[in-house]
Amino acid sequence: MSKRNLWIALTLVIGTVPAQAETIQVTIDKLVFSPATVEAKVGDTIEWVNKDAFAHTATVKGGWEVMIPPKKSASLTLQKAETVDYFCRFHPNMKGRLVVAP
Amino acid sequence: MLIRHTAALAAMLLLGTAPFAQAADKPTDPQIAHIAYTAGVIDVEAAKLAIEKSKNKDVVDFANDMVRDHEAVNVQALDLVKKLKVTPEDNATSQALSKAAAEERAKLAKLEGAAFDKAYVDNEVAYHKQVNGALETLLIPSASNAELKSLLETGLKIFQGHEQHAEHVADMLK
Repeated sequence: MSKRNLWIALTLVIGTVPAQAETIQVTIDKLVFSPATVEAKVGDTIEWVNKDAFAHTATVKGGWEVMIPPKKSASLTLQKAETVDYFCRFHPNMKGRLVVAP
Repeated sequence: MLIRHTAALAAMLLLGTAPFAQAADKPTDPQIAHIAYTAGVIDVEAAKLAIEKSKNKDVVDFANDMVRDHEAVNVQALDLVKKLKVTPEDNATSQALSKAAAEERAKLAKLEGAAFDKAYVDNEVAYHKQVNGALETLLIPSASNAELKSLLETGLKIFQGHEQHAEHVADMLK
């Protein structure tokens, strides 16, 4: 394949792939979710990185819950477009928000 | 300084927190470390009693959360005093806290079932409120070492979280 054809082929491939899913990190340090608000798209993954020596959760009232062990990370792939407030079930003073676009 | 001190004292009196109100003098770092550690041990002991006695899943889960968090805080506290070469110093506040806690445990030990659950959880709300008041008005402002202050501030956020968690469990028991 000539260089030019390769270039065209590459352009075509990249052009047809939909926007790639991202992994967005939320750090937990001293009982604070940071950033507190995350904007994401369906298919993106949120990864909570817990720097505390304490177990935390990301819990949506009446919805999902992710357990985040001390000094560990935990992930969730976003399934639907919605804005949700979440909190830590063990320390309900810890709050965060996900704004998920389609 | 005088104003801050008076305000702290007034806040403690308002809270009716007998053990802390006895400590009118500004505690030193070795005393603060001892008080904070003692406060954690007291809550772990109460939680262990609840794990042993309660049949209510929400109460037992809450008690397990208390053991896990307070033991984790106290591991950090011990690491810090070792690093700073500070020897925690027993003091009137720690002694008053331990005495009040022993009385509360004796009271709880006599209760069973729903009466125990309610008394334990209500005491958890009151106890965390009391410790939070002391951390905010006395212990954190009095701490001179920056790392100790920072650990106390994290401890305050944990305790505030526990207070809300305990209130939530208290609501579920109603």
